[in-house]
Order: sequence, then C-alpha cells, then structure tokens
Amino acid sequence: MGLFVLRRLGVMLLTALALTFVVFYLTNLQPNLEKLARTEGSVRMTDEAVQAWIEQNGHSGSVFARYGQWLGVVPGWTYTDEKGDTRGRCFAIGQDPATAPRFCGLFQGNWGFSTFFKKPVAASLGEKLAATGWLMLAVMLVMVPTSLFLGVLSGMREGSVIDRTLSTFSIASTATPEYVSGVILVALLATAATGISPILADYGLLEPNKTLFLASATSAMDDITFWNFTLPVMTIALYGIGYIARMTRASMTEVMTQQYIRTARLKGVPFRTVVMRHALRNALIAPFTVIMLQFPWLLNGVVIVESLFNYKGFGWTLVQAASNNDIPLLLACSVVAVVVVLLTQLISDIGYVFLNPRIRLA
Amino acid sequence: MDFLTWTGSVGTVLLPVFQIALLALALSLLAKLLFVFAGLDAPQLPGPDGAAAARSPGHFASLAIRFSFLAALAAIVFTLAAGAVMPSPVEAGILGAMAVRFWPVWLALAATFVLSIRFRRKLGLYGKLFDSTVGMIGFAIVMFWVFTAIFADVIITQDPFIQLSGLKNKAPGVLAPDSPYGWYLLGGDHLARDVFSRMVMGAREVLKIAPAATLFAFMVGITLGLPAGYFGGKLDTFISFLANLVLAFPVILLFYLLVTPEIRDTGIPIILAALLFIFPIIFLCTLWNSRYYTNPPRRNLYVGITLLIGLWAYSGLAFNMDPLGIWSMQPNMLNVFVSVVFVNSPGVFRIVRGLVMDIKARDYVAAGQTRGEGPWYIMLWEILPNARGPLIVDFCLRIGYTTILLGTLGFFGLGVSPDSPDWGSTIDDGRKLLNLFPHPALAPALALMSLVLGLNLLADGLREESLKD
Repeated sequence: MGLFVLRRLGVMLLTALALTFVVFYLTNLQPNLEKLARTEGSVRMTDEAVQAWIEQNGHSGSVFARYGQWLGVVPGWTYTDEKGDTRGRCFAIGQDPATAPRFCGLFQGNWGFSTFFKKPVAASLGEKLAATGWLMLAVMLVMVPTSLFLGVLSGMREGSVIDRTLSTFSIASTATPEYVSGVILVALLATAATGISPILADYGLLEPNKTLFLASATSAMDDITFWNFTLPVMTIALYGIGYIARMTRASMTEVMTQQYIRTARLKGVPFRTVVMRHALRNALIAPFTVIMLQFPWLLNGVVIVESLFNYKGFGWTLVQAASNNDIPLLLACSVVAVVVVLLTQLISDIGYVFLNPRIRLA
Repeated sequence: MDFLTWTGSVGTVLLPVFQIALLALALSLLAKLLFVFAGLDAPQLPGPDGAAAARSPGHFASLAIRFSFLAALAAIVFTLAAGAVMPSPVEAGILGAMAVRFWPVWLALAATFVLSIRFRRKLGLYGKLFDSTVGMIGFAIVMFWVFTAIFADVIITQDPFIQLSGLKNKAPGVLAPDSPYGWYLLGGDHLARDVFSRMVMGAREVLKIAPAATLFAFMVGITLGLPAGYFGGKLDTFISFLANLVLAFPVILLFYLLVTPEIRDTGIPIILAALLFIFPIIFLCTLWNSRYYTNPPRRNLYVGITLLIGLWAYSGLAFNMDPLGIWSMQPNMLNVFVSVVFVNSPGVFRIVRGLVMDIKARDYVAAGQTRGEGPWYIMLWEILPNARGPLIVDFCLRIGYTTILLGTLGFFGLGVSPDSPDWGSTIDDGRKLLNLFPHPALAPALALMSLVLGLNLLADGLREESLKD
C-alpha cells in the first residue's frame, strides 16, 4: 500500500512538472511577450525597443532557465543597464541587489506580480479561491445527495417507470452544458420578461425583488443569499447530477442482481431494508470515484458559470488572466487547477482501494 | 408593431389542452414518487385464489404519466401539423410557420425512416437501432439537425448576417417588412439580425466540425491505443503518461492557451496539425498492408491510393499548400479543429487501450497468434472489429461532447469570427442582455441541447442493441 501511494505521488509530481512547463512554455511564447512589452511599456514601441524590453525584464534566454527561475531552482535574473541601475527578479527597483535572496520562485512562495490586478498574485488569487470555495461547497452539497438519491432510486428497480423517467432526466441533464442550462434557468426564473417570474409577480408574491432569483452573482461575493446564489449553484450542479446519477444507477442495478440480494429477499427481508442495508453500501463505492473525478469538470463549470453570472472567483480570474495576457496570474491559476485535478485523482485511486475490500495491494 | 402569436389560430384550443396535459404530467410524476416512498408501488401478484389483485396506486400513477405525456406530445404535433396547412404565418403561428420552413427536413426524415424501417433486417447494427424507441428518438433528433445543416439555405428566412433597422432585440414573431419573408420568426438579436436564420445556419457551422474532429480523434486514439494495449510494456507506459497529461489539463485552460490569435504566429497549430493529421494515413496504410501484404499488387494499389489522396489532403489541410487548391482550411478554423482533436484523442486512446487489453485475452486472438498472424493483422482485423460496438457508442457520445466543446469555444469567443452564427458565440452574444431579452440566447441554447440530447439517446439505443448480440 505504501509503495503504491509513493509511486502514485511520484508520477503525480512528474505530471505536475510537465504540465506547468507546458503552460509556462505556451504563455511565454514570443508573441505573448511582445504583447506584454507593448502593454507594460508603450503601445508605439518599435520592434527593437520591444526586443530590448524583453531582454531587460528577464524574458529572454532559454525557456528552461526561465521556467527554473519561476519555479525557484535557478537564481533569479538581474540586469544592469548603462546607467548602472540594477534590477532583477528577486528585488524591487532601488533595493540593494546584495541583500536580496538568490532564488525567488514558486518554491520560495513568490508567485509573481499580477499585471492585471496590479498586486501580488498570491494575495489576489487567495481571495478569489475563497469565493470559489463557497461556490464549490454549495455545489457539492446540492449535487452529491441529489444525484446519489436519484441514482439509487432508479437503479433500485431496473426498467420501471421511475427508472425510465429518471434516466431520461439524467441523459437530458448530461446533454446540457453549463452555458446552456445557465441561459435556460435565467430565462425561466430570473428575468422580469419571460418565464415564471412575471406570473408570480402578477400575484404579488415577489416583492420587492420582481424576479424569483437574481441573474447575477456579483452581490454574492459579500453576502451569499438564496436569491443571488441559487442559479449559479444549480447551473453547475445540474450537469454533474445527471452524470453521477447514471453511474450510481449502473452500480446499483449491478448490485441488485447479486446473489446476496436474492438471498436476503428470499429470507423475507422487506424490500426497503434490502435496499438500505444490503445494497446501498456496495452500490456507493463506484460513485465515490466518479464524484472525485468530477472535480476537473467542475473546474470547467466554475469558469463558465463565473463568467456567465459575473461571480468574481477563480474561474473569472482565469478568464481575465488569459484574455489580458497576465502571465504570472495565468501560471498561478494553472498551478491551482493542475494540483486540484491531480489531488482528486490520487484521492479517488486511494479511496477506491480503501473502500473496495476486493482490491488488495501488496 | 405587429407580432405573430406562438400557436396561431389553432392555439386558442390547443394551448389550454397542452397546459393541462403538462400539469397532469407533473402531478402524476410527483404522485408516482410519493407512492414509491409510501410503499404503495408493489408489483402486482395474483391473490391466493388466483384472481388478479387490484392495481396499486403506483400503477395508476404510471398510467397517468404515460397518458399525460402522450397528450402533451399530441398537442405539440397537432399544432405543428395544423400550422403546416394554414395559408400564412399569421394563422399558422410561430411554431406552425417554423414547421413549414423545415419542410425539406421533414421530407428527408420521412424518407430515411420509411426506407430504414423497411430494410432494417438487412442493415446490421444500424437496422437494429429501429427496434429501440429511445434509439429511434435520438436518431430522429440527430438526423433532424443533420438535414437542417444540409438544407440550411432553403430553410432560412433571410441572410443570417443582414441587419434590418428597427428590429433590434425584438420579440419572436415580429413583423419585418424589409425581410423577404416578412417576419422574424424567433425575433431579432442585439444587431437586429434574424435569430431563426442564425440558429439554422449555426447547425451547419457545428456539424461541419464536430463529426470530422471526432473522426480524427478516433483515428489518433485507435492508432495509438491498439499497440499500447496489445504490446503493453514501456510503449504503453509512455503513451499512457502522455495521454494522462492531456487529460489532467482543465479543458478551458488548454483552449485559452491553444486557441489564440498570437499562437497562430508561432506555428504551433500547424505543427500540431501535421502531427495529428498524419494518423489517419498511418492507420489506413497499416490497415491495407497488414491485410494484403501476401498479395503485393493489390496491397500496392490500396496503399498507393491511400497515400495519394491522403498526402494530397494532408498538404492542403495541415500546411495549406495544396497544389490544386481544393483542400484548405482557414487558419482560425484549423486552430479550433486541431485543439478539439487534441483534447479528444486521449479519451479515445484510453477506451481503445482498455478494450484491446480485454479482448487480447480471448481464444480467437490466441488462435490467430498460433496461425502465425502478424501483430498488426491481429490488432486491426481481429481485435478492432470485435471492439466496434463500444467504439460506435462512444463515437456518438463523443460527437456530443465535441459539440459542447465547440460551444464552449464560441462562448468564450475563442477562434471564431465575431459574427459567426455558430451556437456557442450566439449564446455569448445573447447573454449580455439575457435579463431583458432572453430569446436571442435561448434559441441556440435549446438547439445545442437538443442535438447533444439526440446524440446521447442515440448512443443509449445503440448500446442497448449492441449488448443484445
């Protein structure tokens, strides 16, 4: 078991390094650096000036060396211009280079300076991550119980009307990406023009808000309420519910055909007790893996929903970083994303081994 | 300003019917759920004297679900059919008028279904699809959009790029005096273009890329997955590591890195295209070579034709250097296409690898090895045909997934021209004013959802039917 976890950790580390390098390479392509030079310096710089800017700000040289600097395993760059002023990666302009540390990268806790937010990446990303954390928590609280419940219910009696109805619902929900369900939910529940809000407002049920839910989650940054947070949470959860419910259903139907279920039934145990005591425990092993592997997809959902509902969290930050060519911020976002994905994969692997007594690793 | 009603003159009767049916459907679903929990849903068992037991409340709820669903469906169908025979859009209503505009699609669909059901016993897995209701519904929805894409020029009511003054954000069914058709059936968008025509044209945009990209992803996945699963060892470890690397990337991040105007300057899309587009040629050449290498003239003919057409298309698609100028792809289109193939291939690879590892333990593979068949022959002509069921199912699901990915790209405005009518960017355009005018975003959203739903249902039906073998 220990060896298995160790090997997994090793592969994980290698994957993380490879992925961050790919992101680093793709964000530090020459055209991106030129664009950065023009936004940071001046738009009307000549091509030579752009090249000089790139060189003076430590963006030239081998991509491996720059990646090493960003990680913090290669000494940070320094540049001394003709006037004798020195600047570098590890110290601010005007500070004495001798007192500065040699290494300053990710490993030393230096995430760089965001050119979009105009403040250190670590600080701005931290608060965005907290906002997304609330969103994720709410999504999980809605998604996991609902989907397990629906899956068990439809897998309990395969082929029944309930099963077919719920399966159709699950297929429909997996066919609805977030940007579609978000639009439909807003049109249905959150505009004063269409859907059920105008009907309810006619009866005077929606004072003083006019709509059932709010189509923007910006205000949820300060104060999460049922009114402004329901739609983003439902939009993300809906896509996952269908998928997890289908997996739970598949696992449940398999368990329900097992010998021990038949034995229990023949013994005279009531159907409900069979489901609750005998079947449920074994049927919930597979969905655990699925729920864990849902996280990378949730990350996608978060990006879409945060842009759609204007909720300034991690996903919104990623979009802003990418569209504003903010290299350090985008790199930090990708580190977070990659770590989340790899950690959930690890947890799902190890958890599966723990939960399933049929798998024994020496 | 004049507006059409949704259901036209038959709506006065049919609309209440439809509402009642929907209400009944919702109520009976709820009742069924409650009965299941209350334990009133026991299966019918004959009583001790052999007489049939009274029906349980759950059973009645099931009947109610079925009949209310059919009633709602009948109301919709009747509205559409009534609309089709009405002389003008005013009497037909928006729904009826749209049904009329789609006439080539209905004709083609009817022809497809009549012919397919007539000859279904001779058509293999495709014919068996028509034994499953779910599969047929899915197939109908998918073919609806395929035919819409084919006949888009006939269906649209006006050029999807034309803007008419005064029709900005107007509600569905608005009078458009300057338009050749006279009405904007689904209203106008934020630039006063016809939402209906853009939605129809969007089907063409989506269906031009999604199936082709999925096919390429399958070629890449199969060509790499077969040897990885069959030989195992270091090769497998290496390719699996690369595949997991791509799979661990959040898709949106990858798109933001790979689909930008800047990256086109560096030539990375072309390198990726050169890498990915070579796989179909490799696949087909290996396929012919392993089958016919005992018969060199025939082998040379097949491989020669493949190489000729393949490399010709390859030079045009990947490098845009086709000497005859027939094969070409716009740079931004290539960028989108390559990224979607790149994102999809590792998933296919994993499935193929798993299937091969399962199948290679079978007796007929051992028999082939004993006969002295080469590894590539076994992989391509023994294992691959036996893995076709799950692969076809995954192909359908994956086209749906690709459609969602393309929509995501459009939604973030990546790699598409700004006025492109594809569904993703139309949703993006519409979402800015979603609160006030939901209709421009709603039409493409429902279209995309129905296409993906159709593909999922089709995959479900195919899975059911292929498991019956």
